[in-house]
Amino acid sequence: MLAKRIIPCLDVRDGRLTKGIKFQKNVDIGDPVLAARKYYEQGADEIVFYDISASPRGREIMLDVVRQVAKEIFIPFSVGGGIRTVGDMRSVLLSGAEKVSINSAAVKNPSLISEGARAFGSQCVVVGIDALRVSNGFQVVINGGRVATSIDALTWAQEVARLGAGEICLNSIDADGTYEGYDLELLRLISENVEIPVIASGGVGNLEHLYEGASAGADALLAASIFHYSEYSIREAKEFLRSKNITVRL
Amino acid sequence: MIQIIDYGAGNLASVANALTKLGQEYEIISSPIELRDDSKIIFPGVGAAGSAMAMLRATGFDAVLPTITRPFLGICLGMQLLMPYSEENDTACLDIVDGEARKFTCDLKVPQIGWNTVSQIYNDPLFAGISDDAYFYFVNSYCVETPYAISQTDYGYHFASALKKDNFYGVQFHPEKSGEVGLRLLLNFCEL
Repeated sequence: MLAKRIIPCLDVRDGRLTKGIKFQKNVDIGDPVLAARKYYEQGADEIVFYDISASPRGREIMLDVVRQVAKEIFIPFSVGGGIRTVGDMRSVLLSGAEKVSINSAAVKNPSLISEGARAFGSQCVVVGIDALRVSNGFQVVINGGRVATSIDALTWAQEVARLGAGEICLNSIDADGTYEGYDLELLRLISENVEIPVIASGGVGNLEHLYEGASAGADALLAASIFHYSEYSIREAKEFLRSKNITVRL
Repeated sequence: MIQIIDYGAGNLASVANALTKLGQEYEIISSPIELRDDSKIIFPGVGAAGSAMAMLRATGFDAVLPTITRPFLGICLGMQLLMPYSEENDTACLDIVDGEARKFTCDLKVPQIGWNTVSQIYNDPLFAGISDDAYFYFVNSYCVETPYAISQTDYGYHFASALKKDNFYGVQFHPEKSGEVGLRLLLNFCEL
């Protein structure tokens, strides 16, 4: 039986983590390669890198990071942030990432999904969706949550699946940063109505929240802060989930 | 020496990185004339059966691979291509191992993406030091049914997650993306 994946997310700017990660003994790690290796050793099922570099130079550095990570960890990892063209996707994949994640660029140019899937296979294409609660459901927002669109999140999720996305990384703008848990209503709505795996993102503050996400239908559970600040190790998270009868890889 | 077959279908970096980590000598070859008599062969698969077979025919690998007598490991699509036939793109394949590659018909999400358990049917040297029901990383929409299965995995129903016929091995999962267990399996293959 397929295990629920636990995925730590690392934000990188110009080749450094935006916030240092405190592993055991409060050693502050700013090197994304070292942080990835630590999570690999703790039993992460996958790692997500989000590149928030604003400059072309920052993106070049990110590709170096990807190449180094690919030599050190032997689990899948994805890279998102600033990927706008099939050429950008190719650079990231040839540097050794398993998957690329596209978000705003896919909203602006949906054919990027189908072109990426055709060129590299659906399994390489993760579409990130940032969703915001509105009076009649959920709306897609882009540019890191700053710009609203008039697109309904469920309609968009079904469209990206039809276009050939391999997975959806579903982030709740309302829940993100609250530490109060995933938006379970959003998660249920999307995961019950699309045929491709859904990664839950945004809002995890404790292990119970991971359990709630798994129970609401998420195929994979993404979290950042609870792992970065050493509140819990990946292994502790998995042991907790297993104690609740969720299938995890331990 | 390990030779990794590059037939233009995709990215071989992760297999190469894993072999480097294991301290194994390897080279990537793109033509059958580069095949050596003393190498083991890794045959990664990326993409779809139809285009992969077209590229194998264009490079001439399709005629040579069935004649190889040294240890051979097909990964993912590389395992499916060992079959006589794949439902994917209605493709005639290499016909090295009896069986068939079919699309998943379970009501679970397809592709299967993630970590699943591999139940060993035989104590094969490929699985030396790897516990039964260990987790490996899978990404597949098609799966193999074959009398030559050496392990099986459950995704709505059981399919062959690894096979062996003579010197030919196939694994449906990605050992190069399956953590330390996957590295061990690759090492086992390199040391056959």
